[in-house]
Amino acid sequence: MHGQRSRFLTVMITVGLAFFYIPMILLVVYSFNYSKLVPVWGGWSTRWYKVLFQSEEVWSAVSLSLKIAIVNATFATFLGMLAALSMVRFGQFRGRTLFGGMLMAPLVMPEVITGLSLLVLFITLKQVFGWPENRGFATITIAHITFSMAYVAVTIQARLTGMGQSLEEAASDLGAKPFKVLTAITIPRLMPALVSGWLLAFTLSLDDLVIASFVTGPGASTLPILIFSRIRLGLRPDINALATIIILVVAVCIAIAALILFRQQQRDLLDQQLAKREE
Amino acid sequence: MIEKSNVNDTTWHTDDKTKPLVQIKGLTKKFGDVIAVDNIDLDIYQGELFCLLGGSGCGKSTLLRMLAGFEYPEAGTIKIDGMDMSNVPAYERPTNMMFQNYALFPHMTVEQNIAFGLQQDVMPKDEIADRVHGILKLVELEDYKKRRPQQLSGGQRQRVALARSLVKEPKLLLLDEPLAALDKKLRKQTQFELANIQEQVGVTFVVVTHDQEEAMTLSSRMAVMDAGKFKQIGTPTEIYEFPETRFVADFIGSANIFEGRVSEDGADHVIVSTNVGEVYVNHGQSIAKNKKLWVGLRPEKIHLSITPPPQIGPNQIMGQVEDIGYLGETSIYKVRLKNGQIVDVTAPNQRRPMSRTHSITWEDAVYLSWEPESAMLLIS
Amino acid sequence: MSNQIKKVISMNVKTLTLLPGYLGRKIQKNWRVIIITIPFVWLLLFFLFPFFIVAKISVAELKIASPPFSKMFEWTGNGILSVRIVFDNFIYIITDDLYFNTYINSVKIAAISTFFCLLFGYPIAYGIVRSGPLAKPIFLFLIILPFWTSFLLRVYAWMGLLSDQGTINNILIALGIIEEPIQMLYTEFAVYIGIIYTYMPFMILPLYANMEKLDGSLNEAAADLGSRPINTFFKVTLPLTMPGVIAGSLLVFIPATGEYVIPDLLGGGNVQMIGRVLYNEFSRNTDWPVASAVALAMLFLLVLPIIVFQYYQGKSVEEK
Repeated sequence: MHGQRSRFLTVMITVGLAFFYIPMILLVVYSFNYSKLVPVWGGWSTRWYKVLFQSEEVWSAVSLSLKIAIVNATFATFLGMLAALSMVRFGQFRGRTLFGGMLMAPLVMPEVITGLSLLVLFITLKQVFGWPENRGFATITIAHITFSMAYVAVTIQARLTGMGQSLEEAASDLGAKPFKVLTAITIPRLMPALVSGWLLAFTLSLDDLVIASFVTGPGASTLPILIFSRIRLGLRPDINALATIIILVVAVCIAIAALILFRQQQRDLLDQQLAKREE
Repeated sequence: MIEKSNVNDTTWHTDDKTKPLVQIKGLTKKFGDVIAVDNIDLDIYQGELFCLLGGSGCGKSTLLRMLAGFEYPEAGTIKIDGMDMSNVPAYERPTNMMFQNYALFPHMTVEQNIAFGLQQDVMPKDEIADRVHGILKLVELEDYKKRRPQQLSGGQRQRVALARSLVKEPKLLLLDEPLAALDKKLRKQTQFELANIQEQVGVTFVVVTHDQEEAMTLSSRMAVMDAGKFKQIGTPTEIYEFPETRFVADFIGSANIFEGRVSEDGADHVIVSTNVGEVYVNHGQSIAKNKKLWVGLRPEKIHLSITPPPQIGPNQIMGQVEDIGYLGETSIYKVRLKNGQIVDVTAPNQRRPMSRTHSITWEDAVYLSWEPESAMLLIS
Repeated sequence: MSNQIKKVISMNVKTLTLLPGYLGRKIQKNWRVIIITIPFVWLLLFFLFPFFIVAKISVAELKIASPPFSKMFEWTGNGILSVRIVFDNFIYIITDDLYFNTYINSVKIAAISTFFCLLFGYPIAYGIVRSGPLAKPIFLFLIILPFWTSFLLRVYAWMGLLSDQGTINNILIALGIIEEPIQMLYTEFAVYIGIIYTYMPFMILPLYANMEKLDGSLNEAAADLGSRPINTFFKVTLPLTMPGVIAGSLLVFIPATGEYVIPDLLGGGNVQMIGRVLYNEFSRNTDWPVASAVALAMLFLLVLPIIVFQYYQGKSVEEK
């Protein structure tokens, strides 16, 4: 499907990209606005960044969100990997349909339902076992792991299916016991998928508002909860500044990822040339 | 390897030719409703290079994978060196496999790939290094040990895969289409290399292939498989010259087949009357008179001439050349018999056809004849 | 007797010393079970089990207590276990116009947004597929990029554009097209814009993945057989990209129906969607039984049909 695009398609891409990016660009531009009223231009200034950095509330929300995101990504990747292995490599087992269904359901489940059901679970657990005492870090993390492991599992399943089984069979044939096969062959081969799964889970966690709002308790505000509580009341220049910083961080991270990918491609190209020369 | 071999060192002798190394009895494997391997018996002896030949889906790969321990049979047993393999997982079997697309670990160097199997056993590091070095020398890849598989050519990868599976000194080496991924020219060259290496190391090889030429060149003994069953087992010569069935005769090489009935059963010969006349076959076996069977004739075993053969007798038919395929070293003649059947005949082009007058050409009436030893009796 | 005990003890000691090796072998043998069990138990506990609790609450009565609902099982004075199940909540949400209309409205808004995502997303995805080898990854990257930035902030960006003193109104006034600002924020229009804006990548990516796999020679074959480009598009390309259309539409439609943030921020109080009603019922009115009933109704009316559909879709693909 390569070849020339018609003028119509070029126009559509251009309009589409403009639609995607103009709101973001304006968001960034207005973060440098001196005026307290966001849409009214009052000259260039960085005062809202100072306001932002001096806010204790913002810092604690950022740190809570990052902590949750990191723990969540790590556990979700681990559980997602085990789940993907179970689905792709183990053939039939009892309860496989139920397992597969539970694994995929969070992908289509409206967030309000997931959030509501997890909250009633935590409340029931507290009544019966006295745990969790307070809702916050632990409950949000558990909720995030539950829905983000589904996304990780999908990523890893795709990779596992694409990889085929012959390398694992070869290792087993050479005398590697199942656990050794897992650590020496499967996991190294899965690395790219594990990394992207981790990043995906990390982002999903950082981005989640609805589920976190349900399962959090008083005093524990993640960054999205904080942002939401502020922008519900209208436009706020300090949120523009925060948005700019987030966009910058994401852009830098993606640039690094792109660089790594580019290097990898270069290396593959070199390998191919080397292999060709041997023929 | 160490823990594996001491289990049965006392009973195992390399020069024991009488006791089979691999004993397969009543082996059956189904995938859903499809029977992949159907009640198979087979013995493979120490030092053999045994080929399993068959079309795709005939069950040859399944059989190999059951030997390796990747599939478990529904019924029947596999014994390797007298030991029942039913409950032995792949990683504890005294077999190693060379995979169809080599299955080299892309995240390891050539050296690491080869050492991987040895590292799974308790073995001192320097011994591992020695064995890896030795095997690299055997496959002539010493200069490439630091490379990763992606940086090697197809032929080199094939040799790494062979080295990796040989370095553990398995009792049985299983090769799944070992040459299929190579281009045609390299494949021919590698066939001989592979046979040489097998001779040097003395390990028993079981090779799965769909390429009959490969099977013929490589094997000391081979089995032709179809629909999960063995059609015939024997040396390449036996299979080619004495096929028992139409399937085998047609699968290995090509054959002209005539239906007939036994009209005379002598001590050293059989006469079969077919729709193209009587065929005299030198054949030791006694076959009941009037039994329906088939006569097979290889195209290269038939003589073609414009002049009648010196004496009139059996094993002669007349026909007319309908088509000629010129292949360079040989030509294929399609000869139409009186009853309309087309017979293929190949003849070497020993002389350059300087003048067209002496050579056989289209529409020529020709005589076909063959030696009594040449015709093959096919019982089904 | 004592001898027997000794025997048992010595046997146990023996087994104990063997244990590490035994355990190791046990793990090797049952490693599959262990690998399956960990995520399985997690999902049972944190995904499936909560739904049973929600189901239980949905058949309870509202009570001023903590938690705010009646108990299903209760011991009455004479040691008799009484079971209380009431379906009032379900009857309430079916008969009450608010819930019914809200549900219909959510489906309507999600469906229209999905349609527009498809209308704009399809040519964009097709355009990317038809781009050169250099432009293609750049375009793809630009489509994916917003996904990695905050969803909430992307919605917020539109608040700045659509508000009464927002960029769009400012420009229109400056150009003299209008004199008074048009109200765009806190209308259904704003909700549509928000959903289309945030969910567009979920439409484009599956479409792209599907189109990328299409064999380009099919188009050439159609042209060679005398088909004009427009005809080729409707007769060849569109039918073959239907799986991508369905996947993309589901990925937009499902979450859009249950959307809470966008109707709240861009719709204000003027646009009722089921996700927002559920949230408010739960946290503002603390009517847990009704909220649970709404959640279950949503689950059965929205999620189950889709799971069943996808199950059969997957099956028919496997059969092919």
